[in-house]
Amino acid sequence: MSVQEELQSARPAKLFIDRVTKHFLTRGGKVHALEDITLQINEGDFVCLVGPSGCGKSTLLNIIAGLEKPDAGQTLMDGKPVTQPGRDRMVMFQESALFPWLDVLDNVLFGLKFKPNLTSKERREVAEFYLRLVGLEEFAHANVHELSGGMKQRAALARALAPNPRVLLMDEPFAALDALTREQLYGDIQRIWAERKKTIVFVTHNVREAVCLGNRVVLFSPHPGRVREEFTVDLPHPRDINSVELAGHASRITRALSGYVEEPGKEFGAE
Amino acid sequence: MKRLLSSTIFFAALLLVWHYLVLRKYWSQVLLPDPAAVWEYLKIVVADGTLLAAAEVTMRRLVTGYLIGVALGIPFGLLTARFRMMEDTVGVMALGLQTLPSVCWVPLALLWFGQSEGAMLFVVVMGSLWSIIISTDNGVRHVPPIYARAARTMGASQFVTWTRVILPASLPFVVSGMKQGWAFAWRSLMAAEIFVPILTGFGLGQLLQYGRDLHAMDQVIGVMLAIVLIGLLVDKLLFSPVERFLHRRWGTGRV
Ligand SMILES: Nc1ncnc2c1ncn2[C@@H]1O[C@H](COP(=O)(O)OP(=O)(O)OP(=O)(O)O)[C@@H](O)[C@H]1O
Ligand SMILES: [Mg+2]
Repeated sequence: MSVQEELQSARPAKLFIDRVTKHFLTRGGKVHALEDITLQINEGDFVCLVGPSGCGKSTLLNIIAGLEKPDAGQTLMDGKPVTQPGRDRMVMFQESALFPWLDVLDNVLFGLKFKPNLTSKERREVAEFYLRLVGLEEFAHANVHELSGGMKQRAALARALAPNPRVLLMDEPFAALDALTREQLYGDIQRIWAERKKTIVFVTHNVREAVCLGNRVVLFSPHPGRVREEFTVDLPHPRDINSVELAGHASRITRALSGYVEEPGKEFGAE
Repeated sequence: MKRLLSSTIFFAALLLVWHYLVLRKYWSQVLLPDPAAVWEYLKIVVADGTLLAAAEVTMRRLVTGYLIGVALGIPFGLLTARFRMMEDTVGVMALGLQTLPSVCWVPLALLWFGQSEGAMLFVVVMGSLWSIIISTDNGVRHVPPIYARAARTMGASQFVTWTRVILPASLPFVVSGMKQGWAFAWRSLMAAEIFVPILTGFGLGQLLQYGRDLHAMDQVIGVMLAIVLIGLLVDKLLFSPVERFLHRRWGTGRV
């Protein structure tokens, strides 16, 4: 396979989450993390999952990733059940999860290492392409701890994109960043979504962030974790998080959300 | 440069105090020789090759035994961290035996292997193995689980996850365990060499013991200095660069 072919974005996948239920047994008893979740996600969708802490958003993301197994139900990707993790569904975690013993380039290469049909020179070209895509080409040989929080998440994004997944799963990837850095990344992620045509499932606490990024926003409610309501956001991309229109959408969702949170405004807000 | 200077001044002062104590004749010259006498002794044994030959014998035993200890210790440490069964068996044994001062292995080694190189090797392996197992195990348990999860999503197999993710992630612990293992190996070998006279090789420990038998304090102190110097050299040349590399990569260490 040539580098050119490899760099063609893979066709985005569609996901069908089919009556997924997941319980955890803890010392405090049984936790209903997810209760009968059904969700259709189309090719190239940017779906944001929003909900209070503990409503099972991360659990659902892990199930889609194949890192955890549901107690009942299943996830279908293009009609095929998900049974284990795979390079077609890459995950970006809240903490970057970059490997500190590798430099930035080697971190990105790690995900390519197990891809067949590529020479090491080609892998390197691919990795450098993705570093350019996230604007880190200058930092290919930096150590992980030398990067700022925002740069770490960019590197993690490059690592997740490098194996050319069809679905990108992001679990509060920007939660630990300052507002300014976050706004830059909103721009980048929208550009990359448009350029690379991924199906993205994005978990967040921040309603405005969800409205800024997603074309769909799915509200979850906790105990047990359920899908409560769904919103379509049909503003054109790229969106500016500070725009008035966006704020209008956000307040509509925040209002709906506050119905499901015991203490409205404590955990949520339009920031 | 400044650090070299402070080291030099410190050790020069130490020598002066030593020399002063000799001059004041608190102890007889037989018990505490002058630094100059020790220096004379060292010059002689370096010139006639005795010291180097003994150091070579010792280092050969040490390096062989230590490498066996590392080669066994790291895989066993990974296994005890991975499998509950190994943790409850080998892990508990390692924990117990690590507390045993390594000189305690000498009588057993003598009975099992006789006065042979085998006995030396056995003592060195026993001295280093357990602490290497324990720190490898400990290192693995400190690896954030998210690394392994990330590796799995990137298509890494179980084996690759262990060799390319968990092992390097636990490297800071493994290296400090290796350093500790080296120190223990060094100690146990000296004990063995002092207690066990064998004909297949004349090591530093035996040279030291020989000095005691001759009541030659300049020899005893001279050999001790050589032992200290070797330990220091290995630390500075072998472990320090590795540790510096790890600190640089991980961004840890001195603030
Ligand atoms: N491995 C686990 N063992 C036991 N309980 C778990 C486990 N993982 C999650 N849970 C529980 O399941 C529920 C859902 O957890 P999850 O992490 O999916 O929530 P979340 O929506 O991602 O929350 P947050 O917004 O705080 O990240 C929580 O009550 C949590 O305590
Ligand atoms: Mg979560």
